Amino acid sequence: MIHSLLARGSSIFRSSAMQRVLAFGGLIVLFVGFSLASPNFFNFENIKGILLATAVNGVLALGSTFVIITAGIDLSVGTVMTFSAVMTGVFITFWHLPVPLGVLAGLSAGALCGFLNGTMVSRMRLPPFVATLGMLYATKGLSLVISGLKPIYFTDTPEFATISMGSILGMIIPGFDIPNAVLILFGAAILANLILTKTVIGRYTFAIGSNEEATRLSGVNVNAWKTVIYTMCGIFAGLGGVLMGARLNSAQPALGAGYELDAIAAAVIGGTSLKGGEGTIVGTIIGAFVISTLANGLRILSVPQEWQIVVTGAILVMAVYMDNLRRRKE
Amino acid sequence: MPDKNPEDYLVLMQGIDKHFPGVHALNQCRFDLKRGEVHALVGENGAGKSTLMKVLAGVYKKDAGRIFVRGQEVEIPNPRAAIDLGISTIHQELNLIPHLTVAQNIFIGREPRQKIRFLLDDKAINEKAQQVFDMMHLKLEPGTLVANLTVAKQQMVEIAKALSLNAEVLIMDEPTAALTEAEIEELFRIIRKLREQGVGVIYISHRLEELKQISDRVTVMRDGHTIDTVNTQDATIDQIISMMVGRTIYEAAPDVPEHQEEEVVLEVRNLSRGNVIKDVSFKLKKGEILGFAGLMGAGRTEVARAIFGADPVDSGEIYVHGRKAVIRSPKDAVKYGIGYLSEDRKRFGLTLDLDVENNMVLATFRKFMGALGWVNDSKIHQTANHYVQALSIKTPSVQQKARYLSGGNQQKVVIGKWLTCDTDILIFDEPTRGIDVGAKSEIYRLLNELAHQGKSIIMISSELPEILRMSHRIVVMCEGRITGELSSAEATQEKIMKLATQRGVVMRDNGVALPQNNGVV
Repeated sequence: MIHSLLARGSSIFRSSAMQRVLAFGGLIVLFVGFSLASPNFFNFENIKGILLATAVNGVLALGSTFVIITAGIDLSVGTVMTFSAVMTGVFITFWHLPVPLGVLAGLSAGALCGFLNGTMVSRMRLPPFVATLGMLYATKGLSLVISGLKPIYFTDTPEFATISMGSILGMIIPGFDIPNAVLILFGAAILANLILTKTVIGRYTFAIGSNEEATRLSGVNVNAWKTVIYTMCGIFAGLGGVLMGARLNSAQPALGAGYELDAIAAAVIGGTSLKGGEGTIVGTIIGAFVISTLANGLRILSVPQEWQIVVTGAILVMAVYMDNLRRRKE
Repeated sequence: MPDKNPEDYLVLMQGIDKHFPGVHALNQCRFDLKRGEVHALVGENGAGKSTLMKVLAGVYKKDAGRIFVRGQEVEIPNPRAAIDLGISTIHQELNLIPHLTVAQNIFIGREPRQKIRFLLDDKAINEKAQQVFDMMHLKLEPGTLVANLTVAKQQMVEIAKALSLNAEVLIMDEPTAALTEAEIEELFRIIRKLREQGVGVIYISHRLEELKQISDRVTVMRDGHTIDTVNTQDATIDQIISMMVGRTIYEAAPDVPEHQEEEVVLEVRNLSRGNVIKDVSFKLKKGEILGFAGLMGAGRTEVARAIFGADPVDSGEIYVHGRKAVIRSPKDAVKYGIGYLSEDRKRFGLTLDLDVENNMVLATFRKFMGALGWVNDSKIHQTANHYVQALSIKTPSVQQKARYLSGGNQQKVVIGKWLTCDTDILIFDEPTRGIDVGAKSEIYRLLNELAHQGKSIIMISSELPEILRMSHRIVVMCEGRITGELSSAEATQEKIMKLATQRGVVMRDNGVALPQNNGVV
């Protein structure tokens, strides 16, 4: 059935773009809907809250997008985030090292976990689901062990919290105090977009997800590049850990599990295909905002948190279903 | 045989041995390739051609033997090393990356960079690709996504990729398997051009009639041995076949028992669907093999799928045994006793990871369920064994996974599946694609037997000898229309081809009409 295969193929490029438009449309619908439903939704303070709430999940989702485009999955980004926050806490609070070193420790911890994931997936040929599930458990346990089951507070180093909660923008434009975490999210997103669309890493991310064997036979060292991609995902998780720690002014060792699913959901709502080969950073960022806007709006409408989760699930399934429907039509 | 001087050859392989667990895949194999020649490599499936070529391409490591390239003895430990030696493979299952553009595919692994080394230079990549296309006299847009190209064009992209790698040795594995006649002509034109430029082409094919057109020499392999190398001009196809199978079988002689039944079991009236099926009407009689000839994309598969309820139609009526049939889904079609055997067994016909017996009863599972929904394993077992014997399927047991069967035997399992459904109208879509010569003649025998038992068969085939040999009547399609009907007595290859190209214009999958044979793909 080569004909139908090709016919389907012709929609591939458009479909990713379409899903993004769809997700963006959905985001606008959410904004308009919540604004009409509640006077407390559309104001600067609340929008700021949504932006801040998106920062951590957004950063995690950036890394996940790369991994998912390779037709892989990383279930460990949530707990790797926590592990990184804990390592930052160890450096800054336990060992009294300077804050920049602590940040570096967090990023490195993420990178190391990502590197191990990548090694397991590529050289040891473990299915990504299994390898990163193992990493999920390992980092979850290690965070508890290292922290001694207790949160590590950054109270001695107030400058650490400003990484997330300070506002450089507010200093430049008085009153426009968008938190730094949001700036970092957008900075990271721009960087991720550059890597995905303009560099060899990005090119091979798509190539591996689209046809791994062909990529290998083209002389590309698929194992090495997969390791690079998972390591990068780990670094984004590490950045998420730093942002999370700075936002809570503490490393909470029991937090983290479940964040990986939000990250995956953001990527998928934004049009990244779990089958690999398709996805965009813009889409993922929109997806992350859809999730946090939904949570925020429902909370303002006094919908209990449990129900917010149910609605998020329904939206996720609906987004993918609509994408499927449209593809079938084409 | 006296030792050959490696200096005389582009490639010389001697005494190549390769073992896989339990299989001696290559046994002291030899092969050589001169500059500017097309050297065909033939053999049944499993004869070792692909393995031998994978050794040359660095995919497999040889256990023993020597390889010389341009007179130098070389080791080829990985695909990269082969590419560096100027050896490129155009794979049967095309190895392109659908989500990347044509140019990105050609230069994958060696992307041109911008001044800031970190960034890719997509402008340079497109220009360089265009240069290669110009050299090949090929009309192709470097920025097109590969997923949007026809198979033929994807193949051209693979060749362009090889040329851009300065390949001097081109290994082509079944390059024409999925091409139309016009596309094959175009491919041959490019192969001949490469030959003039001194490129050596190794041409693996099942279509022996093609060898006469394109190859200078032929090497035959069988059971992991190199049997012989001959000049193509000096050998007849029958001689080559007998070397391949190690026995003499007849391939071309017509094989149609008389057909006398007049009872019409299936009648299709004015079937239409968009651009792909245009006002198709025909009748199928009891015990008849009705051949559907035409080029790829002529709409034959589409008609079959429409009859089978796999695709919706705009208009038209189907009568089964004289009564109007409403077929909206394959389930309905099965109810009317219609079975469809897809051209792509692996995607649509078989569940590769299930065993033979479960594949056979997949469509009729309900028959094998007891009162409480228990599955009656022994009955399944019995039925499967019956068909394994009746169809002489070669498998160690009915518990063998379908994946491990040869193409011919997989096809027979699919046939078995439809026989358990009590179907009396069977639509075979390219029943022998990718099946070796020996198994082919068994499938033919089986089709004849089924027809003899009163089953009615529609056989879609792109191989004219097959159509001529098997059909009682032949319907020819072109561009979604039936352009003619021939009795087996009056049909010839020439007449069929004339009908199959009656328009003189080939419509492509994307609906763009291309003039034929104008030297541009």
